[in-house]
Amino acid sequence: MDPNSARLLATGFAVGLGMIGPGIGIGVLVNGALNAIGRNPETAGTIQTNMILGIVFAEALGILAFVVSVMLGLGIFGGAA
Amino acid sequence: MSRRRRTLLTLLFIGAILVVLAVYFPVKPLPPIEGGPKEIITIHLDSTDFPVSNSMLLSWIVTILLVVLAYASTRHMTLVPSGLQNLVEAVIEAINGLVSDIAGTRGRRFFPFVATIFLFVLLSNWLSLIPGVGPFGVKEVHTVNGHQQEIIVPFLRSPSADLNNTVALAVISVFMTQVFSIMALGILGYVKRWFNFGKLGTFLLALVGLRPRKGLGGLLFWGIIDVFVGFVELFSELMKLITFSFRLFGNIFAGEVILIVMAYLFAQILPLPFYALELFVGFIQAFVFAILTLVFMTMATQHHGAGAGEAEH
Repeated sequence: MDPNSARLLATGFAVGLGMIGPGIGIGVLVNGALNAIGRNPETAGTIQTNMILGIVFAEALGILAFVVSVMLGLGIFGGAA
Repeated sequence: MSRRRRTLLTLLFIGAILVVLAVYFPVKPLPPIEGGPKEIITIHLDSTDFPVSNSMLLSWIVTILLVVLAYASTRHMTLVPSGLQNLVEAVIEAINGLVSDIAGTRGRRFFPFVATIFLFVLLSNWLSLIPGVGPFGVKEVHTVNGHQQEIIVPFLRSPSADLNNTVALAVISVFMTQVFSIMALGILGYVKRWFNFGKLGTFLLALVGLRPRKGLGGLLFWGIIDVFVGFVELFSELMKLITFSFRLFGNIFAGEVILIVMAYLFAQILPLPFYALELFVGFIQAFVFAILTLVFMTMATQHHGAGAGEAEH
């Protein structure tokens, strides 16, 4: 495998594998939030704000994977762009 | 005719129309997608060139619109608002309510930054969805992979799809968080958030004999934990810059690419649901940027030990 195709594969894998964790995390988060809203609909506003906060923290990990993928794609870690 | 049959026939009819449209308007090859902003105007200030990119131009338009809106709505202020003043007051009141819900009384200080970030990001996201922002531009010939290609450089481009703009917003947000933190905790308290050697120092003093030797193991353990937590927080503070800027950039840029791809796949109906999705994403991203700024400011001004001081990330 020549280095360039390895780099392209890594670009895809970095973001593809890196998004699995945040995806599961966001699913669990929304599950919990919807359960809470279903049990106690009056607090929906507060729960939604906190849910979005939690989603954002989980998503931050996915963004890190995306940044690594972009850096690989631009050839910052080596290999021709 | 039974109901099921009728539904089936309707679906078949719609399908036939779609097939005819798809055959009549075949899929065109996708143009190369531009990753960054392009310079369209150069302002010559004596001997220095000041390049103005298309993303910058739209962000200026957004700024001017916000200023004009603020001026026009407050020019003839009345106690009982009506018209434009009513609209602006409703928006400001909604943001103010959210801010004081999360930050309490300290929210008054954070409100200008949070509201400005929210309105600026929201307006720039939505303005860039107006048909005509992307496609109108100048034709330029570029050499891509060895052969020449015509590229349309648009006059206006979404500011949030330009990393320069989102990094600038992230820097403003993180920098002001530090300023508020210093104002609330003082220089010493602020530095202690990152470099907390308090318990370790007590341990050393006790080891030398200047303090009573009691619970040495616990002091050492918690001292090391404090130092470690400080470093983790410092690292996460730097990470905020990256996540803030790339979250906004990634979402809006990906949305633009999706709209382009869908328009080239099947221009008749397909972009419509994605357009609605982009409206929603534009709002959510503005909301998230503002709320995160607010929450980080609130956490940074809290005294340690007063409760949730640990900045998780």
